[in-house]
Amino acid sequence: MAGKPLFHYEETRGRMESVRWLLAAVGVEYEEKFIHTNEDLEKLRSDGVLMFQQVPMVEVDGMKLVQTRAILNYFSSKYNLYGKDMKERALIDMYSEGLADLNEMFILYPFDPPGVKEANIALMKEKATHRYFPAFEKVLKSHGQDFLVGNKLSKADIHLVEMIYNMEELDANIIANFPLLQALKTRISDMPTIKKFLQPGSQRQPPVDEKGVLKARKIFKF
Amino acid sequence: MAGKPVLHYFDGRGRMEPVRWLLAAAGVEFEEKFLKTRDDLARLRNDGSLMFQQVPMVEIDGMKLVQTRAILNYIASKYNLYGKDMKERALIDMYSEGIADLDEIVLHQPYIPQEEKEANLAKIKDKARNRYFPAYEKVLKGHGQDYLVGNRLSRADVYLVELLYHVEELDPSVLANFPLLKALRTRVSNLPTVKKFLQPGSQRKPYEDEKCVESAMKIFS
Repeated sequence: MAGKPLFHYEETRGRMESVRWLLAAVGVEYEEKFIHTNEDLEKLRSDGVLMFQQVPMVEVDGMKLVQTRAILNYFSSKYNLYGKDMKERALIDMYSEGLADLNEMFILYPFDPPGVKEANIALMKEKATHRYFPAFEKVLKSHGQDFLVGNKLSKADIHLVEMIYNMEELDANIIANFPLLQALKTRISDMPTIKKFLQPGSQRQPPVDEKGVLKARKIFKF
Repeated sequence: MAGKPVLHYFDGRGRMEPVRWLLAAAGVEFEEKFLKTRDDLARLRNDGSLMFQQVPMVEIDGMKLVQTRAILNYIASKYNLYGKDMKERALIDMYSEGIADLDEIVLHQPYIPQEEKEANLAKIKDKARNRYFPAYEKVLKGHGQDYLVGNRLSRADVYLVELLYHVEELDPSVLANFPLLKALRTRVSNLPTVKKFLQPGSQRKPYEDEKCVESAMKIFS
Protein backbone atom coordinates (compact mmCIF):
# COMPACT_ATOMS: atom_id res chain seq x y z
CA MET A 1 0.00 0.00 0.00
CA ALA A 2 1.45 3.27 -1.20
CA GLY A 3 1.49 5.53 1.84
CA LYS A 4 -0.69 8.24 3.24
CA PRO A 5 -3.62 9.51 1.18
CA LEU A 6 -2.80 12.78 -0.60
CA PHE A 7 -5.43 15.51 -0.82
CA HIS A 8 -5.48 17.99 -3.67
CA TYR A 9 -7.58 21.05 -2.89
CA GLU A 10 -7.40 24.66 -1.88
CA GLU A 11 -6.25 25.59 1.58
CA THR A 12 -9.82 26.06 2.66
CA ARG A 13 -12.84 24.10 3.89
CA GLY A 14 -14.98 23.95 0.80
CA ARG A 15 -15.83 20.47 -0.40
CA MET A 16 -12.82 18.82 1.19
CA GLU A 17 -13.57 19.63 4.81
CA SER A 18 -15.96 16.72 5.40
CA VAL A 19 -13.24 14.36 4.15
CA ARG A 20 -10.79 15.90 6.63
CA TRP A 21 -13.29 15.39 9.46
CA LEU A 22 -13.88 11.77 8.42
CA LEU A 23 -10.24 10.76 8.33
CA ALA A 24 -9.57 12.72 11.51
CA ALA A 25 -12.31 10.76 13.30
CA VAL A 26 -10.70 7.42 12.46
CA GLY A 27 -7.21 8.67 13.18
CA VAL A 28 -5.93 8.18 9.65
CA GLU A 29 -3.08 10.49 8.68
CA TYR A 30 -3.08 12.18 5.31
CA GLU A 31 -1.04 14.74 3.40
CA GLU A 32 -2.29 17.79 1.56
CA LYS A 33 -0.99 19.49 -1.57
CA PHE A 34 -2.69 22.87 -1.63
CA ILE A 35 -3.75 24.64 -4.78
CA HIS A 36 -2.80 28.28 -4.33
CA THR A 37 -3.07 29.63 -7.87
CA ASN A 38 -4.90 29.07 -11.11
CA GLU A 39 -1.59 27.75 -12.47
CA ASP A 40 -1.60 25.01 -9.82
CA LEU A 41 -5.10 23.98 -10.90
CA GLU A 42 -4.25 24.09 -14.60
CA LYS A 43 -1.20 21.89 -14.00
CA LEU A 44 -3.38 19.22 -12.39
CA ARG A 45 -5.77 19.47 -15.34
CA SER A 46 -3.06 19.18 -17.97
CA ASP A 47 -1.48 16.27 -16.07
CA GLY A 48 -4.75 14.45 -16.73
CA VAL A 49 -5.29 13.55 -13.08
CA LEU A 50 -8.72 15.14 -12.67
CA MET A 51 -11.39 13.04 -14.38
CA PHE A 52 -13.77 15.99 -14.72
CA GLN A 53 -11.15 18.75 -14.43
CA GLN A 54 -12.30 19.40 -10.88
CA VAL A 55 -11.13 19.10 -7.31
CA PRO A 56 -11.39 17.66 -4.65
CA MET A 57 -9.09 14.88 -5.78
CA VAL A 58 -7.58 12.33 -3.43
CA GLU A 59 -4.76 9.97 -4.28
CA VAL A 60 -5.42 6.80 -2.30
CA ASP A 61 -4.62 3.12 -2.79
CA GLY A 62 -3.40 3.65 -6.33
CA MET A 63 -6.47 5.62 -7.39
CA LYS A 64 -6.90 9.28 -8.23
CA LEU A 65 -10.44 9.72 -6.91
CA VAL A 66 -12.54 12.75 -7.67
CA GLN A 67 -16.11 13.60 -6.60
CA THR A 68 -16.55 14.19 -2.89
CA ARG A 69 -19.11 11.43 -2.38
CA ALA A 70 -16.94 8.84 -4.13
CA ILE A 71 -14.07 9.83 -1.83
CA LEU A 72 -16.21 9.83 1.34
CA ASN A 73 -17.87 6.51 0.49
CA TYR A 74 -14.51 4.83 -0.18
CA PHE A 75 -12.99 5.97 3.09
CA SER A 76 -16.18 5.12 4.96
CA SER A 77 -16.15 1.57 3.60
CA LYS A 78 -12.44 1.18 4.24
CA TYR A 79 -12.60 2.40 7.85
CA ASN A 80 -15.90 0.80 8.87
CA LEU A 81 -17.96 3.96 9.06
CA TYR A 82 -20.63 2.70 6.69
CA GLY A 83 -22.75 0.35 8.78
CA LYS A 84 -22.82 -3.43 8.85
CA ASP A 85 -25.15 -4.13 5.92
CA MET A 86 -27.16 -2.69 3.03
CA LYS A 87 -30.02 -1.45 5.16
CA GLU A 88 -27.78 0.36 7.64
CA ARG A 89 -25.97 1.87 4.66
CA ALA A 90 -29.32 3.09 3.32
CA LEU A 91 -30.05 4.94 6.55
CA ILE A 92 -26.51 6.32 6.71
CA ASP A 93 -26.84 7.51 3.11
CA MET A 94 -30.23 9.10 3.73
CA TYR A 95 -28.92 10.97 6.78
CA SER A 96 -25.65 11.96 5.07
CA GLU A 97 -27.45 13.25 2.00
CA GLY A 98 -29.77 15.45 4.05
CA LEU A 99 -26.71 16.95 5.72
CA ALA A 100 -25.02 17.36 2.33
CA ASP A 101 -27.95 19.52 1.17
CA LEU A 102 -27.45 21.82 4.16
CA ASN A 103 -23.67 21.76 3.70
CA GLU A 104 -24.07 22.79 0.07
CA MET A 105 -25.65 26.05 1.21
CA PHE A 106 -22.93 26.46 3.85
CA ILE A 107 -20.13 26.01 1.32
CA LEU A 108 -21.61 28.46 -1.19
CA TYR A 109 -22.99 31.35 0.88
CA PRO A 110 -19.64 33.17 1.35
CA PHE A 111 -19.65 33.73 -2.41
CA ASP A 112 -23.09 35.31 -2.50
CA PRO A 113 -23.42 39.02 -3.25
CA PRO A 114 -24.47 41.19 -0.28
CA GLY A 115 -28.20 41.02 0.31
CA VAL A 116 -28.40 37.53 -1.13
CA LYS A 117 -25.85 36.38 1.44
CA GLU A 118 -27.92 37.58 4.40
CA ALA A 119 -31.03 35.94 2.95
CA ASN A 120 -29.23 32.64 2.49
CA ILE A 121 -27.80 32.71 5.99
CA ALA A 122 -31.34 33.20 7.31
CA LEU A 123 -32.57 30.37 5.09
CA MET A 124 -29.84 28.02 6.32
CA LYS A 125 -30.61 28.78 9.96
CA GLU A 126 -34.29 28.19 9.27
CA LYS A 127 -33.68 24.88 7.54
CA ALA A 128 -31.25 23.72 10.20
CA THR A 129 -33.67 24.59 12.99
CA HIS A 130 -36.89 23.41 11.37
CA ARG A 131 -35.97 20.71 8.91
CA TYR A 132 -32.64 19.04 9.53
CA PHE A 133 -31.84 19.20 13.24
CA PRO A 134 -35.35 18.13 14.29
CA ALA A 135 -35.12 15.14 11.96
CA PHE A 136 -31.88 13.96 13.56
CA GLU A 137 -33.06 14.69 17.11
CA LYS A 138 -36.07 12.50 16.28
CA VAL A 139 -33.83 9.64 15.09
CA LEU A 140 -31.76 9.73 18.28
CA LYS A 141 -34.89 9.94 20.42
CA SER A 142 -36.52 7.00 18.63
CA HIS A 143 -33.84 4.45 19.53
CA GLY A 144 -32.14 6.15 22.47
CA GLN A 145 -28.73 4.99 21.27
CA ASP A 146 -25.47 6.88 21.27
CA PHE A 147 -25.13 7.05 17.48
CA LEU A 148 -27.48 7.59 14.58
CA VAL A 149 -27.29 4.10 13.07
CA GLY A 150 -26.60 0.64 14.45
CA ASN A 151 -25.37 1.82 17.83
CA LYS A 152 -21.98 2.51 16.27
CA LEU A 153 -20.09 5.53 14.93
CA SER A 154 -20.72 6.09 11.22
CA LYS A 155 -20.04 8.78 8.67
CA ALA A 156 -23.52 10.19 9.39
CA ASP A 157 -22.56 11.05 12.99
CA ILE A 158 -19.36 12.74 11.86
CA HIS A 159 -21.11 14.79 9.14
CA LEU A 160 -23.83 15.80 11.63
CA VAL A 161 -21.38 17.00 14.27
CA GLU A 162 -19.38 18.88 11.64
CA MET A 163 -22.60 20.63 10.53
CA ILE A 164 -23.50 21.49 14.13
CA TYR A 165 -20.13 23.21 14.55
CA ASN A 166 -20.62 24.98 11.20
CA MET A 167 -24.07 26.24 12.08
CA GLU A 168 -22.96 27.31 15.56
CA GLU A 169 -20.58 29.72 13.83
CA LEU A 170 -23.69 31.44 12.46
CA ASP A 171 -25.77 31.11 15.63
CA ALA A 172 -24.16 29.94 18.85
CA ASN A 173 -27.49 28.74 20.25
CA ILE A 174 -28.70 26.84 17.26
CA ILE A 175 -28.95 23.47 19.03
CA ALA A 176 -30.29 24.94 22.29
CA ASN A 177 -33.54 23.01 21.85
CA PHE A 178 -31.96 19.73 20.78
CA PRO A 179 -30.61 17.97 23.87
CA LEU A 180 -29.78 14.73 22.07
CA LEU A 181 -27.81 16.59 19.40
CA GLN A 182 -25.93 18.35 22.18
CA ALA A 183 -25.11 15.00 23.74
CA LEU A 184 -23.97 13.59 20.38
CA LYS A 185 -21.82 16.65 19.77
CA THR A 186 -20.16 16.23 23.17
CA ARG A 187 -19.70 12.50 22.72
CA ILE A 188 -18.02 12.88 19.32
CA SER A 189 -15.97 15.89 20.38
CA ASP A 190 -14.59 13.94 23.33
CA MET A 191 -13.26 11.15 21.12
CA PRO A 192 -9.44 11.48 21.37
CA THR A 193 -9.10 11.68 17.58
CA ILE A 194 -11.72 14.41 17.18
CA LYS A 195 -10.55 16.23 20.29
CA LYS A 196 -7.13 16.48 18.67
CA PHE A 197 -8.64 17.62 15.37
CA LEU A 198 -10.57 20.39 17.13
CA GLN A 199 -7.41 21.83 18.65
CA PRO A 200 -5.25 24.51 17.00
CA GLY A 201 -2.52 23.12 14.80
CA SER A 202 -4.62 20.34 13.28
CA GLN A 203 -5.51 20.07 9.59
CA ARG A 204 -8.95 21.54 10.24
CA GLN A 205 -9.52 24.68 8.17
CA PRO A 206 -10.90 27.95 9.64
CA PRO A 207 -14.08 29.66 8.40
CA VAL A 208 -13.63 31.27 4.99
CA ASP A 209 -13.04 35.04 5.08
CA GLU A 210 -13.01 37.83 2.47
CA LYS A 211 -9.41 37.04 1.53
CA GLY A 212 -10.34 33.38 1.07
CA VAL A 213 -13.26 34.27 -1.19
CA LEU A 214 -11.03 36.43 -3.41
CA LYS A 215 -8.36 33.72 -3.56
CA ALA A 216 -10.92 31.09 -4.58
CA ARG A 217 -12.30 33.34 -7.29
CA LYS A 218 -8.77 33.82 -8.67
CA ILE A 219 -7.98 30.11 -8.65
CA PHE A 220 -11.24 28.94 -10.21
CA LYS A 221 -11.90 32.08 -12.27
CA PHE A 222 -15.44 32.87 -11.18
CA MET B 1 -40.54 -8.81 2.13
CA ALA B 2 -43.42 -6.41 1.60
CA GLY B 3 -44.04 -6.39 -2.14
CA LYS B 4 -43.11 -4.11 -4.95
CA PRO B 5 -41.25 -0.88 -4.21
CA VAL B 6 -43.57 2.16 -4.30
CA LEU B 7 -42.21 5.36 -5.79
CA HIS B 8 -43.68 8.62 -4.50
CA TYR B 9 -43.16 11.55 -6.87
CA PHE B 10 -44.98 13.61 -9.42
CA ASP B 11 -45.72 12.24 -12.89
CA GLY B 12 -42.53 13.51 -14.46
CA ARG B 13 -38.83 12.73 -14.80
CA GLY B 14 -37.29 15.15 -12.31
CA ARG B 15 -35.12 13.45 -9.72
CA MET B 16 -36.94 10.13 -9.82
CA GLU B 17 -36.12 9.13 -13.39
CA PRO B 18 -32.71 7.55 -12.61
CA VAL B 19 -34.49 5.40 -10.00
CA ARG B 20 -37.01 4.23 -12.59
CA TRP B 21 -34.21 3.41 -15.02
CA LEU B 22 -32.21 1.47 -12.41
CA LEU B 23 -35.17 -0.60 -11.21
CA ALA B 24 -36.17 -1.26 -14.80
CA ALA B 25 -32.65 -2.33 -15.78
CA ALA B 26 -32.57 -4.67 -12.78
CA GLY B 27 -35.89 -6.14 -13.92
CA VAL B 28 -37.64 -5.07 -10.74
CA GLU B 29 -41.33 -4.23 -10.98
CA PHE B 30 -42.40 -1.15 -9.09
CA GLU B 31 -45.52 0.89 -8.40
CA GLU B 32 -45.87 4.62 -8.54
CA LYS B 33 -48.07 6.88 -6.45
CA PHE B 34 -48.13 10.23 -8.22
CA LEU B 35 -48.41 13.52 -6.39
CA LYS B 36 -51.00 15.58 -8.25
CA THR B 37 -51.71 18.46 -5.87
CA ARG B 38 -50.13 20.39 -3.04
CA ASP B 39 -52.43 18.49 -0.70
CA ASP B 40 -50.87 15.21 -1.80
CA LEU B 41 -47.46 16.52 -0.76
CA ALA B 42 -48.86 17.96 2.47
CA ARG B 43 -50.41 14.62 3.31
CA LEU B 44 -47.09 12.79 2.89
CA ARG B 45 -45.40 15.43 5.05
CA ASN B 46 -48.04 15.21 7.78
CA ASP B 47 -47.86 11.43 7.75
CA GLY B 48 -44.23 11.76 8.76
CA SER B 49 -43.21 9.75 5.71
CA LEU B 50 -40.67 12.24 4.38
CA MET B 51 -37.62 12.59 6.60
CA PHE B 52 -36.73 16.02 5.19
CA GLN B 53 -40.23 16.88 3.91
CA GLN B 54 -39.10 16.17 0.35
CA VAL B 55 -39.61 13.70 -2.45
CA PRO B 56 -38.40 11.46 -4.09
CA MET B 57 -39.41 8.90 -1.52
CA VAL B 58 -39.38 5.16 -2.13
CA GLU B 59 -41.04 2.58 0.07
CA ILE B 60 -38.85 -0.49 -0.15
CA ASP B 61 -38.13 -3.40 2.19
CA GLY B 62 -39.91 -1.78 5.12
CA MET B 63 -38.09 1.53 4.73
CA LYS B 64 -39.34 4.93 3.58
CA LEU B 65 -36.18 6.09 1.86
CA VAL B 66 -35.66 9.69 0.79
CA GLN B 67 -32.67 11.32 -0.95
CA THR B 68 -32.08 10.10 -4.47
CA ARG B 69 -28.56 8.83 -3.84
CA ALA B 70 -29.62 6.82 -0.79
CA ILE B 71 -32.35 5.22 -2.91
CA LEU B 72 -30.06 4.52 -5.87
CA ASN B 73 -27.25 3.17 -3.66
CA TYR B 74 -29.65 0.73 -1.97
CA ILE B 75 -31.13 -0.53 -5.22
CA ALA B 76 -27.68 -0.86 -6.79
CA SER B 77 -26.38 -2.87 -3.82
CA LYS B 78 -29.45 -5.07 -3.64
CA TYR B 79 -29.42 -5.97 -7.34
CA ASN B 80 -25.67 -6.34 -7.79
CA LEU B 81 -25.16 -3.25 -9.88
CA TYR B 82 -22.53 -1.75 -7.59
CA GLY B 83 -19.35 -3.64 -8.45
CA LYS B 84 -17.68 -6.53 -6.67
CA ASP B 85 -15.60 -4.67 -4.07
CA MET B 86 -14.73 -1.33 -2.49
CA LYS B 87 -12.44 -0.21 -5.30
CA GLU B 88 -14.95 -0.99 -8.05
CA ARG B 89 -17.54 0.86 -5.97
CA ALA B 90 -15.21 3.86 -5.83
CA LEU B 91 -14.95 3.98 -9.61
CA ILE B 92 -18.70 3.46 -10.00
CA ASP B 93 -19.32 6.27 -7.53
CA MET B 94 -16.88 8.61 -9.27
CA TYR B 95 -18.48 7.94 -12.65
CA SER B 96 -22.05 8.16 -11.31
CA GLU B 97 -21.35 11.44 -9.54
CA GLY B 98 -19.98 13.01 -12.73
CA ILE B 99 -23.16 12.00 -14.55
CA ALA B 100 -25.22 13.36 -11.65
CA ASP B 101 -23.52 16.76 -12.00
CA LEU B 102 -24.47 16.86 -15.68
CA ASP B 103 -27.97 15.56 -14.91
CA GLU B 104 -28.46 18.37 -12.39
CA ILE B 105 -28.26 20.88 -15.26
CA VAL B 106 -30.25 18.69 -17.67
CA LEU B 107 -33.17 17.88 -15.37
CA HIS B 108 -33.75 21.57 -14.69
CA GLN B 109 -34.05 22.56 -18.36
CA PRO B 110 -37.86 22.20 -18.58
CA TYR B 111 -38.26 24.30 -15.43
CA ILE B 112 -35.95 27.16 -16.33
CA PRO B 113 -37.68 30.45 -17.24
CA GLN B 114 -38.08 30.89 -20.99
CA GLU B 115 -35.55 33.73 -21.25
CA GLU B 116 -32.84 31.64 -19.56
CA LYS B 117 -33.45 28.39 -21.44
CA GLU B 118 -31.03 29.11 -24.25
CA ALA B 119 -28.14 29.83 -21.90
CA ASN B 120 -28.81 26.67 -19.89
CA LEU B 121 -28.98 24.62 -23.06
CA ALA B 122 -25.63 26.05 -24.17
CA LYS B 123 -24.19 25.04 -20.81
CA ILE B 124 -25.52 21.49 -21.17
CA LYS B 125 -24.07 21.15 -24.67
CA ASP B 126 -20.70 22.54 -23.62
CA LYS B 127 -20.34 20.36 -20.55
CA ALA B 128 -21.60 17.20 -22.26
CA ARG B 129 -19.38 17.62 -25.32
CA ASN B 130 -16.26 18.99 -23.62
CA ARG B 131 -16.16 17.63 -20.10
CA TYR B 132 -18.33 14.61 -19.40
CA PHE B 133 -18.77 12.57 -22.57
CA PRO B 134 -15.05 12.70 -23.41
CA ALA B 135 -14.25 11.42 -19.91
CA TYR B 136 -16.46 8.35 -20.31
CA GLU B 137 -15.34 7.72 -23.90
CA LYS B 138 -11.79 7.72 -22.52
CA VAL B 139 -12.66 5.16 -19.82
CA LEU B 140 -14.16 2.79 -22.37
CA LYS B 141 -11.25 3.29 -24.75
CA GLY B 142 -8.79 2.71 -21.91
CA HIS B 143 -9.86 -0.85 -21.14
CA GLY B 144 -11.74 -1.75 -24.30
CA GLN B 145 -14.41 -3.55 -22.31
CA ASP B 146 -18.14 -3.56 -22.81
CA TYR B 147 -19.00 -1.74 -19.59
CA LEU B 148 -17.49 1.07 -17.58
CA VAL B 149 -16.35 -0.94 -14.55
CA GLY B 150 -15.29 -4.54 -14.00
CA ASN B 151 -16.45 -5.80 -17.38
CA ARG B 152 -19.96 -6.00 -16.05
CA LEU B 153 -23.13 -3.89 -16.08
CA SER B 154 -23.33 -1.44 -13.18
CA ARG B 155 -25.49 1.50 -12.19
CA ALA B 156 -22.91 3.78 -13.81
CA ASP B 157 -23.65 2.32 -17.25
CA VAL B 158 -27.41 2.60 -16.72
CA TYR B 159 -27.21 6.22 -15.55
CA LEU B 160 -24.83 7.18 -18.34
CA VAL B 161 -27.09 5.65 -21.00
CA GLU B 162 -30.08 7.49 -19.56
CA LEU B 163 -28.15 10.77 -19.85
CA LEU B 164 -27.00 9.97 -23.38
CA TYR B 165 -30.66 9.76 -24.39
CA HIS B 166 -31.66 12.86 -22.44
CA VAL B 167 -28.86 15.06 -23.75
CA GLU B 168 -29.46 13.85 -27.29
CA GLU B 169 -33.07 15.05 -26.99
CA LEU B 170 -31.68 18.55 -26.45
CA ASP B 171 -28.61 18.28 -28.72
CA PRO B 172 -29.29 15.75 -31.48
CA SER B 173 -25.72 15.51 -32.81
CA VAL B 174 -24.00 15.29 -29.41
CA LEU B 175 -22.88 11.67 -29.83
CA ALA B 176 -21.34 12.16 -33.26
CA ASN B 177 -17.76 11.98 -31.99
CA PHE B 178 -18.24 9.39 -29.27
CA PRO B 179 -18.35 5.97 -30.97
CA LEU B 180 -17.77 3.97 -27.79
CA LEU B 181 -20.56 5.79 -25.96
CA LYS B 182 -22.86 5.04 -28.90
CA ALA B 183 -21.87 1.37 -28.73
CA LEU B 184 -22.47 1.29 -24.97
CA ARG B 185 -25.87 2.84 -25.45
CA THR B 186 -26.80 0.25 -28.07
CA ARG B 187 -25.51 -2.59 -25.92
CA VAL B 188 -27.38 -1.49 -22.80
CA SER B 189 -30.52 -0.66 -24.79
CA ASN B 190 -30.58 -4.20 -26.16
CA LEU B 191 -30.61 -5.82 -22.73
CA PRO B 192 -34.10 -7.36 -22.46
CA THR B 193 -35.06 -5.37 -19.36
CA VAL B 194 -33.90 -2.04 -20.78
CA LYS B 195 -35.37 -2.81 -24.22
CA LYS B 196 -38.76 -3.28 -22.57
CA PHE B 197 -38.38 -0.05 -20.60
CA LEU B 198 -37.59 1.87 -23.80
CA GLN B 199 -40.81 0.78 -25.46
CA PRO B 200 -44.04 2.80 -25.33
CA GLY B 201 -46.27 1.90 -22.40
CA SER B 202 -43.44 1.49 -19.91
CA GLN B 203 -42.99 3.59 -16.78
CA ARG B 204 -40.32 5.72 -18.48
CA LYS B 205 -41.36 9.36 -18.49
CA PRO B 206 -41.22 11.72 -21.49
CA TYR B 207 -39.46 15.08 -21.57
CA GLU B 208 -41.50 17.40 -19.36
CA ASP B 209 -43.92 19.48 -21.43
CA GLU B 210 -45.48 22.75 -20.33
CA LYS B 211 -48.45 21.05 -18.74
CA CYS B 212 -46.18 18.80 -16.68
CA VAL B 213 -44.00 21.72 -15.62
CA GLU B 214 -47.04 23.74 -14.59
CA SER B 215 -48.36 20.84 -12.55
CA ALA B 216 -45.02 20.32 -10.81
CA MET B 217 -44.66 24.03 -10.02
CA LYS B 218 -48.11 23.97 -8.40
CA ILE B 219 -47.28 21.00 -6.20
CA PHE B 220 -43.94 22.29 -5.00
CA SER B 221 -44.43 26.04 -4.79
